[in-house]
Amino acid sequence: MSSAGISLFDLVIAGVGGQGTILASDIIGKTAVREGLPVMAAETHGMAQRGGSVVNHLRVGCEFGSLIPLKSADALLALEPSEALRYIEYLSDDGIVLVNTEPVLPVTVTSGLSSYPDVGEIIDYLEQRFTVKAFNAVKLAKEAGHVQSMNTVMVGAVSKYLPLSKDVLIECIRQSVPKKTVDINIKAFELGRLQA
Amino acid sequence: MSTREFMLGNVAIARGIIEGGGQVISGYPGTPSSEIIDTLAAMEKRDFYVEWSVNEKVAFEVAAGAAIAGARSVVTMKHVGLNVASDPLMTLSYMGVKGAMIIISADDPSCHSSQNEQDTRKYAQFALMPCFDPSTPQEAKDMVPDTFRLSNKFQAAAIFRPTTRISHGKSDVELGEITSEKPQVKFEKIPERWIMMPKNARARHPYVLQVYEDIRKELENSPWNQLELDAGSKLAVISSGVASVYAREALKRCGLNASFLKICAYPVPEGKVTSILEHADKVLVIEELEPVLEDEVRIMAQKHGIDVEIAGKSEGLVPRHGELNVDVCMDAISNAFELPVVSSEATNLDLELPLRPPVLCPGCSHRAAFYIMKKVFGKDGIYPSDIGCYTLGVQSGAVDTTLCMGASITMSSGIYHAGEDHPICCSIGDSTFFHTGMNGLLNAVYNKADITVTIMDNRITAMTGHQPNPGMGRTAVGEATVAVSISEICHALGAEFVEESNPYDLMATEDVFKRARDYKGTSVVITRQPCVIDLRRSGVKKAMFSVDAEKCTGCKACVRFGCPATEFDIETKHARINNMCTGCGVCAQICKFGAITEVKR
Ligand SMILES: Cc1ncc(C[n+]2csc(CCOP(=O)(O)OP(=O)(O)O)c2C)c(N)n1
Ligand code: SF4
Ligand code: SF4
Repeated sequence: MSSAGISLFDLVIAGVGGQGTILASDIIGKTAVREGLPVMAAETHGMAQRGGSVVNHLRVGCEFGSLIPLKSADALLALEPSEALRYIEYLSDDGIVLVNTEPVLPVTVTSGLSSYPDVGEIIDYLEQRFTVKAFNAVKLAKEAGHVQSMNTVMVGAVSKYLPLSKDVLIECIRQSVPKKTVDINIKAFELGRLQA
Repeated sequence: MSTREFMLGNVAIARGIIEGGGQVISGYPGTPSSEIIDTLAAMEKRDFYVEWSVNEKVAFEVAAGAAIAGARSVVTMKHVGLNVASDPLMTLSYMGVKGAMIIISADDPSCHSSQNEQDTRKYAQFALMPCFDPSTPQEAKDMVPDTFRLSNKFQAAAIFRPTTRISHGKSDVELGEITSEKPQVKFEKIPERWIMMPKNARARHPYVLQVYEDIRKELENSPWNQLELDAGSKLAVISSGVASVYAREALKRCGLNASFLKICAYPVPEGKVTSILEHADKVLVIEELEPVLEDEVRIMAQKHGIDVEIAGKSEGLVPRHGELNVDVCMDAISNAFELPVVSSEATNLDLELPLRPPVLCPGCSHRAAFYIMKKVFGKDGIYPSDIGCYTLGVQSGAVDTTLCMGASITMSSGIYHAGEDHPICCSIGDSTFFHTGMNGLLNAVYNKADITVTIMDNRITAMTGHQPNPGMGRTAVGEATVAVSISEICHALGAEFVEESNPYDLMATEDVFKRARDYKGTSVVITRQPCVIDLRRSGVKKAMFSVDAEKCTGCKACVRFGCPATEFDIETKHARINNMCTGCGVCAQICKFGAITEVKR
């Protein structure tokens, strides 16, 4: 923990615009506030939300700024494998990476302008340096009932490491997702938690 | 009941406006400021007036009118919006207000979603207005009622400058009481204040200079400017706004004791600055963007003859561009105070990452319009553009310029009158057309520019988060109003060739563009098709499309079109369509082999 004395838990959430990174940080942030902890978060809104690379910083139990210094995050929650690599420099040496292995190919790749690294190689690269939990969160989301619950699968996975209670997290999911999808999202959360 | 909530900075600012009893709130969308009015307009019960205006100058003047009539008003915009509103800004400063007025201009250091990273604090100095520069979402909320108070007390409008990390930061925010007291609105005729003709303006200028100094004295005791002297240290840091929280964390990480002066309200109070300068031997000034605070500190040191070493941007220790963070502050502190450098070296990636720029959504009608535009005007065509989602048409090769809102039509005119002989076809969105495009079109027609103007009417202000505009027939709060016709405006501005087309219909649109290209004079093509995101939110769902592998020859024509829902499978050498397809059907028209068809549900 490189933010000792400054922040209780520093989390970087990386993904692609449209994957629901904001909802993921919202659930965790709301839970922390419920638990009486100060929280500072920074989110990507605006232009990058159109399918670009997005990153949120979330600092639980922190009263400084929202931006996590390099090599200081306790965990990196990556909703997309190449995005895990893009923001890896934030992770502290003893940090953990939780990564969804299902890629979202950028248009630069589908149109043949650049190539996408092999997912196996990405995971190997990460495993050589950090503790890694890699799993296909899209599959799990489908199993839970809807692909769009992939972000909640990821919240479930990181929940084991957060200084927050599982019950309050679930309560906040209940309040943050559309009514019709509450059950799907809770199931998604549980499936994700099993991966951690 | 707990009164702490996890809030977006802009939602906290909106809450501050409510707590402070704001009465008239106007603005024009712009990242990172838009959610302030989005939040207020979405409230079910309101005891204030809120509007999306057509541009920032208009919004500013609406708020100014309300404030001279005695109301507490707020105008919101992004930093570059203040350029558009700078004409009323510079003279409202002389005029002052009666109720109170807050000018919220949100800065975007690092250009996350902007065309430049100008510093609003410079405008505040220029306009002789106080400026509030919050360091956390909580402070941003708490500052708003205090800014109303100060504005009213000095009868002067005040600038409020959140940055991206405040506006789009989230934090636990402790709510405050909502004032029930509302000033009475009654327009009073005070010619020497409200009529800025030369005689009155000359008299107001020295008066305003005096008020500015009076506010400086008032801010000496402001809770937003905090001085902590460290008896055991001869080192000091002075820092402003969001940079001040990074600086504090950096000091802690460096294990350095130093006196600290946080300045979040301007003009900079002289007493606090001279106290810290007299206490320390060496002072480092840390602020984002321009050296506004640093310059003031240097002037005060010289004026008071204080012998102290001052460091900051002029020594190159603190960058003058880009946003700051803890790492940058740690570097600056280590270098300034000659500490061993502790910053961590960047991780060296030996795997190459694909670029992931933002792109137009799957099925976005702008992509289809650009495709045809490019087909008709060719690779030598000249494509000045504007600011909006359609700027992402740069990937379709149909965006050659982006200067500022409204500059597409006007720069096209300039390129044409300069003698360029390739055909010119510019693009501008509906909201941008209402903002500052109309006067450009009027000018083009009047001065006989032979250009084609494409108004990409996706029935919304999409880029900034889908705000309504005058073409849509509803106001910010969802009330029905007149839906202004873009084509009628164009006719009224003198354009004689004005045609509408559905960009999803490629053949029909091609025909319109060809005729527009061949027309001598200013021609207008309005490509009309709602934004797919907005359409989906309103519940419209279309059938998806798929590729018949038997018919697909692997020519990649559909993939080159660039929709994120079309992919090329290298193994099977066929195109395929993924589940992001929104069913626009454009790729099916591009495929010459009839391999792409609608999936029947
Ligand atoms: C002076 C100024 N105000 C506001 C903005 C922020 N801004 C960027 S794009 C845009 C509106 C785009 O709407 P529209 O023209 O309808 O295009 P769309 O995004 O819907 O394609 C705005 C308000 C800006 N860049 N400059
Ligand atoms: S939000 Fe609407 S206008 Fe913007 S890229 Fe997506 S579909 Fe196009
Ligand atoms: S129909 Fe074709 S172009 Fe339209 S959204 Fe689907 S894949 Fe993209």
